Amino acid sequence: MLSRREKKSRSWLLLFLLIPFIVTLWPPFYNIDQPELIGIPFFYWFQLLWIIITAILTAVLYALTN
Amino acid sequence: MINVNWEALSVFIVVFSAVAILGFLAAKWRPGDLTRLQEWGLAGRRFGTIVSWFLLGGDIYTAYSFIAVPGLIFKSVALGFFAVPYLIIIYPLVFIFLPKFWTVARHRGYVTPADFVRERFDSSTLALLVAITGILATMPYIALQIYGIEVSIAQMGVPIEISLFVAFFVLAAYTYVSGLRAPAMIAVVKDMCIWLVVLVAVIYIPIKLGGFSNIFAAVHQKAVENPTTFHDFLPSSEYSAYTTLALGSALALFLYPHLLTGMLSTNSRQVVRRNAALLPAYTLLIGLIGLLGYMAIAAHVKLSPAYGANSALPALFSAMFPSWFAGFAFAAIAIGALVPAAIMSIAAANLFTRNIYREYFRPACTEREESSVAKTASLVVKVGALAFILLLPSTLAINFQLLSNIWIIQTLPAVFLGLYTNWFHRRALIVGWAGGMITGTWMVIARNFESSVYPLSFAGITIPVYAAVAALVANLVLTIVLTPIFRGISISAGEDATTPADFEAQPLGSQQSIPSYQQPALNPQKALPGFQQSAWNSQQSFPDFQGSALNSQPSLTDFQPPFPGSQRLQHPAQRSQQLALEQQSALNSQQPLPDFQQPFPGSQRPGQRPQQPVLERPYNAERPVR
Repeated sequence: MLSRREKKSRSWLLLFLLIPFIVTLWPPFYNIDQPELIGIPFFYWFQLLWIIITAILTAVLYALTN
Repeated sequence: MINVNWEALSVFIVVFSAVAILGFLAAKWRPGDLTRLQEWGLAGRRFGTIVSWFLLGGDIYTAYSFIAVPGLIFKSVALGFFAVPYLIIIYPLVFIFLPKFWTVARHRGYVTPADFVRERFDSSTLALLVAITGILATMPYIALQIYGIEVSIAQMGVPIEISLFVAFFVLAAYTYVSGLRAPAMIAVVKDMCIWLVVLVAVIYIPIKLGGFSNIFAAVHQKAVENPTTFHDFLPSSEYSAYTTLALGSALALFLYPHLLTGMLSTNSRQVVRRNAALLPAYTLLIGLIGLLGYMAIAAHVKLSPAYGANSALPALFSAMFPSWFAGFAFAAIAIGALVPAAIMSIAAANLFTRNIYREYFRPACTEREESSVAKTASLVVKVGALAFILLLPSTLAINFQLLSNIWIIQTLPAVFLGLYTNWFHRRALIVGWAGGMITGTWMVIARNFESSVYPLSFAGITIPVYAAVAALVANLVLTIVLTPIFRGISISAGEDATTPADFEAQPLGSQQSIPSYQQPALNPQKALPGFQQSAWNSQQSFPDFQGSALNSQPSLTDFQPPFPGSQRLQHPAQRSQQLALEQQSALNSQQPLPDFQQPFPGSQRPGQRPQQPVLERPYNAERPVR
């Protein structure tokens, strides 16, 4: 368990949580159809992938700021 | 009753009945005194990580989303997929904002967001507006859950009214009896069924349709045939709509009373943070359900004339699955409506009871009365929703729900930004709220309720923007501009009744500064008498808690701390006196406490004396608030 001081100094890590915002809220990044994954166009599987990435990111941050 | 799919119906009835029974049994689960609003309306704040995962999952991902997301994708394809980025970015927001709200709500005994606003900004008008907004925004949502049941039942050919009455009756009965425990228990079953159905669907149906390449080829074909209305990729003109839809929906989601209720029923802020990492599994589920919308296109399903694109998913299941599994799937969707409908009605009832009934009509009501008023209010809300769906065209409910997000997001400055600062002036917040409500509602009306995306145009450029985001911006601008003006001309800003200590996390399980023998008392899941929950209110003095843990008192009911939150109805001086009296009597009637006793967990270093009564600590208006 982190002490208060350690928690405060680690709170900058939460800035990493901006990454999913920037990536997923900018459609031009991913509005393309290639490369396909088992027939699913990039536009779709990229967003599905970011669900998993964000969850892992959140879990990591939970472990680090806890 | 022609065209009834008997196989599907029998499976449906079996599953539905089993779940209904569970709802009644839930009253005995993790037992508590259901005549208290905290127990009925918040399940005594007992739920751990796993139960909360199921409960919040059932709350966020409703039956209506299962029907509407594929429906939207069936109709406008790529734009409908905004549900995925929306349900990705809510979790960072949950991770950052909600533990703070949980903490202050636990420390001060809040049941609703309006409770918080009332104390933070010292404005009962603002709290009333927040409460009314919450109730208004939730009602169409409940109606739409019933609509979701209706669409899936209709697919089986069963008469609608009778089925809805039965479903409604079951829902009303178990909610009345068990409160929040019922949807929590049912959510476990429902979510397992939905996962099963969706996983089977995304494996079985593509195989039947010849693989994803075939599916997307068919979708592309349709796009080619309908170039203006149907896009399998986002046209650049829709980028801003996509982004603002995702952002606006995400900002609005956890302002809904039913989600705050679900979140407040957890037993620790760590549960909230853990679930921020675990709940995205459901987003994956929604993404897969969205793909089912594409499969519906590729399978050329026949839509029902009554429900249009919303019948895409049920029609797909009917066409692709054997009847018994289709029945099971429809049951899963119907149950998927019962969980959020129950929670939404409980949340709306909590709002009414705490922030309208107790605030304005009966400030001195007992807990028992609070609880029974809430139960009745919840029933009334459900009856209203049922009447709405049965008597009015369903398009009306869908249109109102477009407004729901726009309305609820106007409480963001007061509720979420209020967690970080009390700088906003309460009158400015009220004006901002009004401005946002008017702007957003006007935008939707201007588009004839066809869409909540409004084309903003300036300097010759037209940008389609989600009305909720535009209205929120208007709200914030008004609030930020008016606050210094109102403060400048000395309109009273009221007193913030919360203290920085109330926002301080002292999560259950933080073991360092609290000596070990107190820990059994800190775990609310042990069988402590119900009123121990109230000891987490910072106004109670720690010695009370100690009494029961050390068993040095015959019973604590003699000087039982008042019900959390009831103290704010007293005059502040009265309250402080009472607090001082309690502390006095607690200190007198116990053995002398060791030096390291703390009145409030974490508020003081070991070795300090217990907290002074509130009266002696002058309110400092300049004190910075985190």
